[in-house]
Formats: sequence, structure tokens, C-alpha cells
Amino acid sequence: MFSFCTDPSLLATPAWFACYLTTGKLMLFYASFGTVLLLLAITAPIALGFGFGAAAAARSRILPLSWFGKIYIAMVRGVPDIVFFLFFVIALDQGIEYLRHKIKCPDWDEPIRQGSDFIVCAAAKMPLSTAPQAWHEVYGFALAVLTFAIVFGAFAGNVLFGAMRAVPQAQLETAEAYGMTHRQTFWRILVPQMWIYALPGLSNLWMVLVKATPLLFLLGVEDIVYWAKELGGAKTARFTDYPHGDWRVWYFLGLLIFYLAFTRVSEIVLDRITARLTHGQATAAGEAQRKAAA
Amino acid sequence: MKTLILSTAVLALSAGLAMAQTVRMGTEGAYPPYNFINDAGEVDGFEREFGDELCARAELTCEWVTNDWDSIIPNLVSGNYDTIIAGMSINDERDEVIDFTQDYIPPATSSYVALSEDADLGGVVAAQTSTLQSQYISESDATLLEFATADEIITALKSGEADAVFFDTDYLVPIVEESGGELMFIGETVTLGRGTGMGIRESDTELKDKFDAAITSMKEDGSLNEMLIKWFGEGTDTY
Repeated sequence: MFSFCTDPSLLATPAWFACYLTTGKLMLFYASFGTVLLLLAITAPIALGFGFGAAAAARSRILPLSWFGKIYIAMVRGVPDIVFFLFFVIALDQGIEYLRHKIKCPDWDEPIRQGSDFIVCAAAKMPLSTAPQAWHEVYGFALAVLTFAIVFGAFAGNVLFGAMRAVPQAQLETAEAYGMTHRQTFWRILVPQMWIYALPGLSNLWMVLVKATPLLFLLGVEDIVYWAKELGGAKTARFTDYPHGDWRVWYFLGLLIFYLAFTRVSEIVLDRITARLTHGQATAAGEAQRKAAA
Repeated sequence: MKTLILSTAVLALSAGLAMAQTVRMGTEGAYPPYNFINDAGEVDGFEREFGDELCARAELTCEWVTNDWDSIIPNLVSGNYDTIIAGMSINDERDEVIDFTQDYIPPATSSYVALSEDADLGGVVAAQTSTLQSQYISESDATLLEFATADEIITALKSGEADAVFFDTDYLVPIVEESGGELMFIGETVTLGRGTGMGIRESDTELKDKFDAAITSMKEDGSLNEMLIKWFGEGTDTY
């Protein structure tokens, strides 16, 4: 990066650190923070959408739909995350490839399972093995987003299902007395009011999601924890221009600060949202807000 | 005549397809000098140089991918990459699940490293999990302490958690040399396994043959030996 980086006498001086901290490998580490933030930014709304769908389905008057919502919530909540991340993702990946194989290579006569091998024709590979590595990473990332969304969607579904039932029944009865249809009651009365009851549970889920990102490496996405481990390990002078001892403690300290700062920012934002949603609600906090203003 | 032209065209076309084949090479990236991530963040090491040469000889386009050691075989059989080239020793247990090319590194020696000459080799010995070395220790009298990466076994030794580590000599040599006398080799070296080979899916015999042919040609013209000496030093075993 800098012209003085090749000077060996600079070891462990500020200049050395300036060089060390700008190597390509460290750049990948910095970029992985972006990966994690991007994952959170994409996953959170999708998971919330899944959760909303599941909660709405679970309280539906159509029996099969209600079963579907309840089974989804119960099943995903009951399966350990790590099983889900190891088993489900490989199954999902193979399922996609199996379908593509059936469509794209109808006259393939060899079996797909040969011993422990999973063989589909080259055109059914997802992504194609000729695709650049970047596409493989995008695909892995998309699988990660989907898996996180399914898992956290089930938890969010349970939270929202509870929140929907916490909205005072009298409100819904009044709506119906005014002649609103079931659908109108749901969208105009229930949904706007349920968020305040859901927020504590959802904010917990958000915090868990923030810290669950190391599971990404199980899916082949190189996240900040993977890079901290890789970069922090002792390096000998033979294979790098920047040899150092075991620095994992420093790297993990950096991660600790990152996670703490991130949770703090999340808390501030969530507090503001709570204050806004409390406004005019028939809850203790809403009442306190009304009195303070008066 | 017509069929001749047609079959020539088909041949040319299929040869063209073969040329364009992309082979994804799976490696660990945490095992110098075999394979590691260099300062630029790319896969480097003996296997990178060797693998690129093999691909050039077999006229394949190769792409390097890193994967966690623990799941390196499952990801090969489910087709996320096409080869494992990660310093993997050929043994019967692995051979049941995947196929190996011929060996490209002679059977490796493993050594004990400890903090002092009189360390207890029958005490707690650290090794990387699911390796030949961990298997060897578990069958000996010593207590096995397993870690996911090779780096962690050295940390365990320095912190006193383990009395000694037992691992691949080529990996340990640079670490012992640069420890400034803190670490030392003790006890006998042991030769384990049947050499290091590339792992390939059992159904992928065509690819296996291509790599086997390329390895043979590199053994014959001596270029493999040069590469072994370049990365593992003068004293290493060659063909």
C-alpha cells in the first residue's frame, strides 16, 4: 500500500501497523463487517414479513391455513438452530438442484444419488460451476438470508401472534359495531395497535439475530468472526510479510467493541420507536406519556 | 463422408466443452506451507502452485474455494466444489467415502513438539481433530486433546494445557525454528498414512484420470520435486 512497507526495520512501529492494517487480507476483514450489516439489513425485514404472515395465518378462520401457521411456528421453534443451519441448507441447496435437474436434463439416465455422492447434470448446478466465485458467494449469502429469515420468522411469528391477542378485545368489538368487515378490523384496528405489544419481544429477537451472525460460516459465508480467528492466529515470517504472535485476543476484543456499540445503537433506536408507538395507547406507558404532556 | 464430417464436428465440439470445464478446487486455507491465505487475501502455498500447474497441464480452468476442514468432505460429495486439495492424507476411512488421486506428497512424518526435553509423551497430547495424528494418539497410551485447527494446538501447548503436540513435521518446522528456543522437537518421528492425494468424488472418474495423468507427468519431469523442495525445504522426501 505505502512505499515504506517493504522496509524490514519498521517492525511493530506505527508505520508497520499502517502497512499491516491495509493489506488485502485486512481489507477482506473490513469488508466482512459490511457483509454482516447487509445480512442484518436484508434478513430483519424478511423475517418480520415471514413472522407477520405466520401470525396472520395462525389466527385465520380458515382451518388449514391456521394449522399451517401454527405448525411452522412450532416446528422451527423446536429445532435447534445449528441443526437447522447444517441440515436444512444442504437439503435446500440439493432440493433446488434436483428441481433444476428434472427440468433442464430430462434425458439424464444416471441416478442422482450414487453412494454418498449427489450428482446432477452440469446445467442444473446452482450456480453453474463455470460461474465466477462472486456468484457462488452471492448464492451462499442468499441461502443464509433465507435460512435466517425462516428461523427468526418463526420466533417473530410467535411474538406477533401473542401481540395480536393482547390488543383489547373491546377495540375489535367496537370496530365491528361500526360495521367494519373482518378484514377492515384486522388492518385498521388490530395491526396498527399490536406493534406496541410486540416490540419488547421483537427487540429481543433483533439482539439475538445481531449476535447469531457467526453461524454464517457454517453456510460458507466468511463473516467477521471467521476473519478475526484467521487473522488473529500466530503467523510465522516464512509465509507473510507481517509475522506476529497469537493476536486473537485483540481481534476478539475489537469484535466485542463492535457488538457492544451495535447493541447500544439498536437500543437507542428501539427506545425511540417504543416512545412513538406508545403514543395514545391504552397501556401504562401510554397513560404516563399522556399525563406528562398534560 | 457426411458422417465423418459430422462426427469430427461433434468431437471438436466436445473437445471445446472439455477445454471450458471449470474445476472448483476446495482447500482449507489454514495449513501453511500446504495452503494458506496470503497477505493479499488469496489462497497461496505449495498446493496453490502445484494445483495451478496441474490445471495448466490438464487444460482445465481452476477456481479456488476455501472451506472449513470439518465439513470439507460433505461439501465435496454434495458438489459444492470438485476436488479437495488440502494436504489430505490418503487413508482407508476417507477412501470409503471419496476417491483419491495418486499421492503428490510422499507419506509425511509426524513429530512431537514440547516446551522442554523431558515432557511426558504419555500425558496430554494435542492434535488437530480428524487427522491421522489424532487417530494415532487416540490409539496410544497418551490422552488426546483435540482442536479444530492446527494453530490452536500450538496455543494449547504454550498455555500448558497440553504436555506436547503431535502433528505434521512440515507444519511444525517453521514454528519451532522461529520460536527462539521456546519450542523443541522431542521423541521419535513417526511416518503415517499413504501420502497426500487430491480428494475427488467417487463418481468423477474422468476428472480423477486427468489429474492422475498430470501428476504423473509432473513426477516424471522432476517439476514436482522442485516444488516440494521449494516449499518444504532441502531435507524433505521427494519422488
